[in-house]
Amino acid sequence: MNIREFYTITENRPVARDVFKMRLAGNTAAFSRPGQFLNIALDGLFLRRPISVADYDEKGVWIYYKVVGEGTRRMSAMIPGETLDVLTGLGNGFDVTKSGVHPLVVGGGVGAPPLYRLTRELCGAGKAPHVILGFNTASDLFLVADFQAMGIPVTVATADGSAGVRGFVTDALRENELPYDYVYTCGPEPMLHALYDATNVSGQYSFEARMGCGFGACMGCSCKTKYGYKRICRDGPVLEKEEIVW
Amino acid sequence: MVDTRVQLSGLTLDNPVIPASGTFGYGYEFAELYDINLLGSFSFKGTTREARYGNPLPRIAECPAGMINSVGLQNPGIDAVISQELPRMRKVFHKPVIANISGFSIDEYVECCAKIDQEECVGLIEVNVSCPNVHNGGMSFGVSPESAALVTREVRKVTRKPIYIKLSPNVTDIVSIAVACEKAGADGISLINTLLGMRIDLRTRRPVIANKMGGFSGRAIFPVAVRMVYQVAEAVSIPIMGMGGVSSARDVVEMMLAGATAVQVGAANLVNPYACRDIIEDLPRVMESLGIHSLKEIIGGAHR
Ligand SMILES: Cc1cc2nc3c(=O)[nH]c(=O)nc-3n(C[C@H](O)[C@H](O)[C@H](O)COP(=O)(O)OP(=O)(O)OC[C@H]3O[C@@H](n4cnc5c(N)ncnc54)[C@H](O)[C@@H]3O)c2cc1C
Ligand SMILES: Cc1cc2nc3c(=O)[nH]c(=O)nc-3n(C[C@H](O)[C@H](O)[C@H](O)COP(=O)(O)O)c2cc1C
Ligand code: FES
Repeated sequence: MNIREFYTITENRPVARDVFKMRLAGNTAAFSRPGQFLNIALDGLFLRRPISVADYDEKGVWIYYKVVGEGTRRMSAMIPGETLDVLTGLGNGFDVTKSGVHPLVVGGGVGAPPLYRLTRELCGAGKAPHVILGFNTASDLFLVADFQAMGIPVTVATADGSAGVRGFVTDALRENELPYDYVYTCGPEPMLHALYDATNVSGQYSFEARMGCGFGACMGCSCKTKYGYKRICRDGPVLEKEEIVW
Repeated sequence: MVDTRVQLSGLTLDNPVIPASGTFGYGYEFAELYDINLLGSFSFKGTTREARYGNPLPRIAECPAGMINSVGLQNPGIDAVISQELPRMRKVFHKPVIANISGFSIDEYVECCAKIDQEECVGLIEVNVSCPNVHNGGMSFGVSPESAALVTREVRKVTRKPIYIKLSPNVTDIVSIAVACEKAGADGISLINTLLGMRIDLRTRRPVIANKMGGFSGRAIFPVAVRMVYQVAEAVSIPIMGMGGVSSARDVVEMMLAGATAVQVGAANLVNPYACRDIIEDLPRVMESLGIHSLKEIIGGAHR
């Protein structure tokens, strides 16, 4: 199987403070589930950068990335027509069959992108997801309109109250009356942990780790679970709530 | 037609390219990507007596032209390797494999080597003496000629398979250690393991790696590795598996000119999962462009 592809940038523009949307054209045959990721090689940097895929079709993928260091800064300076060496179809991704009819989908900051395709697939499977997106402040908001366009309830929370509910996603959850029977989430680890404690239903949680390879070869990302050690890059990034050890 | 075959302690390898221990698992992940039987061989993940989880996360830090890892020898332990991993590995790799053995005491090395000696699929044992010795205040067996020779002598007694001692570069005189291993009965020398390194995050002002320090490897260390292989080749007459920063067919040729009979590729597999396949496909073309008909003929060529 080939997982190494050369993608051509077709769009790369800012969508919020320090957050860019990039569209890439190329072979997406290796993708099979929402929540999988790319590992992107950048000139002059030794390790690849793992970035979740927001959505894909047969022509390419789109991603959202936040500029936090040298690699993402270089990505932000790239222009359409340039190519990227990427490893594709990485990670287990979310399983949309596990939830009931009312899944709760919770994203924090740049954890939101992989939930976009997930939510689309949940809707496609006849489910009625409720989406909660958490950000620090109003100028950080992105993807919100895309979720709303699916015609489902979307609640926004900001830590400073400049948009939506004031506080964290767990505050938005508490104020909300909508029922849910399952949780899908991706975001910073403290948010995942708070949500784990605040909900009493099962769910799937997507984690991050510093990666050496991204495809299961180096044990650089191995974490402890209730059912033994798992590689975040290959056996994850999505873990079932029942197996998580904090 | 060029000849890429080399002889390594009685084994004939189709080519000298061997993925290095810890960067290729037990081969399965790569077998999904290409036919790994085109490799000369491969060295599987370092194995200890007991199962080890290894070090806390983060275990990986980026460096200019390289990386630091502090995986800490995560492995399921020798018994599980033999009963679970090797049967699975044999389904995807049909050539003799290299067993990489680690230990924190002489007993552990001896027990692991005695057990792996019974495995038919293992063509060669690579004994990693870079790990800390629990009986010696955590100093690695690989730091002195005496302790490296002691490990060599003791494992020699329990196996007839070729034994290669894998040396650490974090020493004052690698040549004297290699010579001591040869005298103690080693069939060959593998070098180099990772260089001890460290990165500090400027924002948090803390080490990037949870364990603070880790093993530096990748392209950046290639000149250090070539130098050490060259020095050891001057002093010993047993074969050398050279490694450290190898990432192209030209690097393979350079390592062999320095004195390596076979060449291992580590970190390069992690950034390009097809690295070894690409190197092997490139080798004939590179050989032709350099006027090399048989790789065997260039081993140690730089010493003349
Ligand atoms: C499975 C997965 C999916 C991700 N999806 C997204 C996404 O959709 N959008 C997005 O903006 N970010 C995402 N991230 C985080 C993203 O990988 C990092 O922000 C990015 O690697 C930072 O690179 P840098 O060179 O800019 O930062 P630097 O700090 O200069 O990077 C130095 C090294 O640390 C690594 N690193 C730094 N931060 C992280 C981190 N949070 N997670 C893992 N490695 C890190 C880098 O990869 C690099 O090896 C994801 C991470 C993982 C593990
Ligand atoms: C992630 C990782 C894990 C490693 N694990 C082992 C190991 O278990 N045993 C061992 O002898 N060497 C181990 N090594 C060292 C490599 O086998 C090799 O000696 C070293 O990385 C130098 O080669 P390179 O520069 O091509 O990576 C590891 C290296 C890396 C990068
Ligand atoms: S990053 Fe290498 S195993 Fe996960």
